[in-house]
Amino acid sequence: MSELHTVNKSPFEKSSFASCLEHVLEGSAVLLYEDGIYAATKGTAVEGKLKSAQGVKFYVLGPDLKARGLGEDRVIDGVEIVDYEAFVDLAAEHSKVVAWV
Amino acid sequence: MKFAIQINEGPYQHQASDSAYLFTKTALEKGHEIFRVFFYHDGVNNGTRLTTPPQDDRHVVNRWAELGEKYDLDLVVCVAAAQRRGIVDDGEAERNGKDATNIHPRFRISGLGQLVEAAIQSERLMVFGD
Repeated sequence: MSELHTVNKSPFEKSSFASCLEHVLEGSAVLLYEDGIYAATKGTAVEGKLKSAQGVKFYVLGPDLKARGLGEDRVIDGVEIVDYEAFVDLAAEHSKVVAWV
Repeated sequence: MKFAIQINEGPYQHQASDSAYLFTKTALEKGHEIFRVFFYHDGVNNGTRLTTPPQDDRHVVNRWAELGEKYDLDLVVCVAAAQRRGIVDDGEAERNGKDATNIHPRFRISGLGQLVEAAIQSERLMVFGD
């Protein structure tokens, strides 16, 4: 069964996003929230890393984007914007949740 | 589905307590069960009744307490983390010779076994914080 990985720190502050990418398996999902949302924005130094993760579905928490003044147009194509209801659904749908803190 | 929640950050520190609260509230509203909310490390500071934020700011402690009251949540503060940070209930005050208590009545202080039990009894353990 696939796993849900959560990342809540900016990739420019901590290495948790990079660690997550090194461990995430094909077919799993990554949810970026809190300052982790910066990993989902276009034109940064880590954009390529996210795009090179094969077979991994990325989600970003919409309310945390909005709280930081970032519009949906700033999100990398293919990253799905979700709300808290979808966050709960993702946690329930995946067999494990791994928090990279 | 049965969830357990672990919070490792204090209120107003970053965003973990807010994220955990919103996740917990949403899960409950969707009909899921929250087996326990365990406050660990600086997260124990979410359980002091003396918290007094400005009136136009969210009251993180009372918000947890109100959600706990509404859904009869088990809000547990780690005892060793609490002792280090001066979060005290009647039992700990007596045991350690303290002249006051500050735990919010909707929370309780207990040991790490409560976290292990929550992880075993729940289908998912959600960790928020540093």
